[in-house]
Amino acid sequence: MSETTVTTDQPITLGEQEVAPGFIGQNVPRKEDRRLVQGEGVFVDDVKRHGMAYVHFARSPYAHAAIARIDVSRALELEGVYGTLIGEEVAAETDAFFQIAPPPGGDLKDYALAVGRVRHVGEPVVAVAAATRELARDAAELVEVDYEPLEPVLDPESAAAPDMPQLHDEVPSNTIWQGNFDYGDYDAALAEADKVVRIKRLHFHRFSSTPLETSGAVVEYNRGTGQWTIHSNNQFPGFAIIMMAPALRVGMDKLRFVSQDIGGGFGNKICTHVQLVAMCLLARKLRRAVNWTEWRTDQHTANSHGNERVFLDVEVPVKADGTLLGFKARMIDDCGAYTRYEPLGCIIWAQVTPGCYRWRHVRVDFSQVCTNKSPCGPNRGYSRMQHLWFTERIIDIVAHELRVDPVEIRKRNYIRADEMPYETPNGCVYDSGDYARCLDEALALIEYDGIEAKRRDAESRGRLLGVGIGSTLDSGTNNFGQATLVNPELQFSGNNEVATVKLDIFGEIVVTLGTTPQGQSHETTAAQVVADILQVSPDDVNVRAGHDSYWNSHAGFSGTYASQFAVTGLGAVKGATETLAGQIKQIGAAILGADSPDDVELGGGFVKRKDNPEAALPFMACGAIVNANNAVLPLELRELTLNCRYVYVPPHQMPDQERKYGNLTLTYATQIHACVVEVDPETGVYEIVDYGAVDDCGVRINPQIVEGQVQGATAQAIGAATHETFVYDEDGNLLTPNFYDYHVPHALDMPPLKTAYIESPSPFTPLGAKGMGEGGGAGLSAVASALQDALRGSGRPIVSDSSNPYNTVWELLRNPEESRQLVEVEDR
Amino acid sequence: MIEPVRGRRISVEVNGERHERDVEARRLLVHFLRDDLDLTGTHVGCDTGNCGACTVIVDGLAVKSCMMLAVQADGSSVETVEGLARDGELHPLQQAFSSFHALQCGYCTPGMLMSAKHLLDHNSEPTESEIRRAIQGNICRCTGYVNIVEAIAATARGEVSG
Repeated sequence: MSETTVTTDQPITLGEQEVAPGFIGQNVPRKEDRRLVQGEGVFVDDVKRHGMAYVHFARSPYAHAAIARIDVSRALELEGVYGTLIGEEVAAETDAFFQIAPPPGGDLKDYALAVGRVRHVGEPVVAVAAATRELARDAAELVEVDYEPLEPVLDPESAAAPDMPQLHDEVPSNTIWQGNFDYGDYDAALAEADKVVRIKRLHFHRFSSTPLETSGAVVEYNRGTGQWTIHSNNQFPGFAIIMMAPALRVGMDKLRFVSQDIGGGFGNKICTHVQLVAMCLLARKLRRAVNWTEWRTDQHTANSHGNERVFLDVEVPVKADGTLLGFKARMIDDCGAYTRYEPLGCIIWAQVTPGCYRWRHVRVDFSQVCTNKSPCGPNRGYSRMQHLWFTERIIDIVAHELRVDPVEIRKRNYIRADEMPYETPNGCVYDSGDYARCLDEALALIEYDGIEAKRRDAESRGRLLGVGIGSTLDSGTNNFGQATLVNPELQFSGNNEVATVKLDIFGEIVVTLGTTPQGQSHETTAAQVVADILQVSPDDVNVRAGHDSYWNSHAGFSGTYASQFAVTGLGAVKGATETLAGQIKQIGAAILGADSPDDVELGGGFVKRKDNPEAALPFMACGAIVNANNAVLPLELRELTLNCRYVYVPPHQMPDQERKYGNLTLTYATQIHACVVEVDPETGVYEIVDYGAVDDCGVRINPQIVEGQVQGATAQAIGAATHETFVYDEDGNLLTPNFYDYHVPHALDMPPLKTAYIESPSPFTPLGAKGMGEGGGAGLSAVASALQDALRGSGRPIVSDSSNPYNTVWELLRNPEESRQLVEVEDR
Repeated sequence: MIEPVRGRRISVEVNGERHERDVEARRLLVHFLRDDLDLTGTHVGCDTGNCGACTVIVDGLAVKSCMMLAVQADGSSVETVEGLARDGELHPLQQAFSSFHALQCGYCTPGMLMSAKHLLDHNSEPTESEIRRAIQGNICRCTGYVNIVEAIAATARGEVSG
């Protein structure tokens, strides 16, 4: 257990009126660190079992091809090869995965291995299991597959065209889902406008957070009970079990998910249920434990990419004073070859429909197509990031075209602090926040007041200086009822998370979480909450590391995803601990002869009489009495267990399916970023010379941990804006399948990063905290914004892509007219 | 025809302890450490030598152990993350990483610590840019490096004790 050196000096609110000094709000050192800095964590590839087989997937070299023949005989001849698994076996022994989309998109068949056809480069075709990693790889090379190549579909904008080949026989026009969203009165807004800004096309590129630990699993099958134990780094076991159990034709309890430490997830480890089913089949077939550790190249080519999205025919009605009235757009989302979490991305953007702005009239035609590229799935900022980048691009392009100050136009149009809680045009309720104040803070961080002098200084050095702003929201604790807006037949809604807190025989406080943390410090923050309620130190609280679905601290939505632990996870911890505290008081009152539990209090590991603190019972005695000495207890107290399970359920309602209307998430944390770039006009090479990030996630349970999340999210956004991109060639080969070609930020790439905070407590959550950590991708907007500002004296090009490597900037400098063709302004 | 040598017996000192094993000629040092010696603190994050999660110190040099064969380490002395703490006392770098919140998921941390140790072994007063250069071969996807750089700098300044 780690040492805690902080003292209790910040008041917290307990229950209704009680106030006590607490650990919430303190930089309590992380409980996780002691094992992790010594290399004593247990990540999935650290798990070993006797006689374990290592699995390697033989993968498709084609983007689109029919499988004519598979021959594994040469692989099986190799000494030390235990066996193989092919698509035919998978199709016979499992059912295709449940689909979220309604028909016809939802009719597509997705199995653990390719069945009859491959639909992207890197798609697993045959699994080979052998005594060593190296041997499994050798054997996979001996697998013979005859392919009959088909024409690939790679461009989302033409994927639905009538002459395009079809990826899935069941899905006409390669269209997974289409829906219209109409809020306010867009036609009236257009009629009222003094100017209309039209943008032909904006593009949000493909990338992913590429966690440093690749996906993996060690799967064991118990033949006697028919149970699988799945040691994995899957970050959303609740979802994985729902997907896997029907596919494997077993009850949910036959799938036990276990993890301790996970090496980053960022959403990319949600959809591993596909490979996990192949592992389950192999473990059963081979009668031995199987290990699968994904190669880096495989993670890039065939794991889970962030969604690519195109925004077409964008129309923005604006008043003469710079008030924006709304927007209209046609959006095409590319989900890759299969729908694994999709088409949820088709609705999740709507959590932040107006972004940070007060415009009320929105008309969106949203469709999602499949293409012969890696399947997409959640990726830090999932679906909202794409949409928020779109709204920020609108703001900057309108400001640029109407020659309005980008700071002023934001302040004029931001939702105001005194309007909170604010109901958006589609019925979401922004809980709290002060965007204008955050912007002022961000501008102060980059010393915006002196920016013109810096601009001149840069010019004197032959550099173009630009300032950009990114205003985003990190919506958290989502209402799964939004899934019914893409498919009314789905039986999903609300959300939940579980924790158990118990007091053991020797007085040990043990906390069990339902979550699967990947660096979010759940052990530490949970201990802070427990410590405050039980009036002990976080050192006295033992939070079990990791996740085990057999711990009974698990619910349908258990996992770590979508910015919610501070609300759902800690809400559950708070609920369970308050129940435990109540039970300790009941026992204390009875043993100490007090009239009622209200006459005792907790402190220093004791329950004490308020009127006589000398009369005190140590927690250890309470634990011992209930667990091992309960004949001394009055009969009416014998139902107390000191083992308290609590399920936190947020107050969500079913959204209106007809109008696609309702509150889709409980909290909305704010990120306002400001970025300063200097561009070399000769080459397009640029440097981020200053960067300020302001975050407002309500009450911060542990400010140091919050800051770490802000820094990390910013680094990922800057990486995505500047270098990271999944590029495919015309045959559908991924050109960036490893860290050579897919350049993530290194220590030398990161600009100086300044952070600041305001706290607008959420009125809707147990601790006033909001989910945070995804960060909304504000950096993507800020970099695009800064580049457009820097280039305004060089032909006024329009930044229309979220990916802006140096060569793109050079193209904008070389031919600004081409990008200018994307925009036109109609004066009324 | 002469059969190529497929394996060899090697002797490697790891964290002060000598280990002798028969290894395949193609066995990577990182898999020798992780799978043969069960020292799983050293991690693998890529298959191209880019990420640095597998960094160890071999005869005083920081080495990506996925880029070196186990047989090449025959006769060498290897330091891994498991050797940093002594008698239950954390190395100052380990303490600093915790104090400055220089790790989140902890997957890059072992390699990052070994690169940092290698730097401080050779340069007791590094500048920020020297620190950043020393860890440029180590990728972290969680932290943005801010707190890692601060933790190494504070250790160099002697502000953290183990």
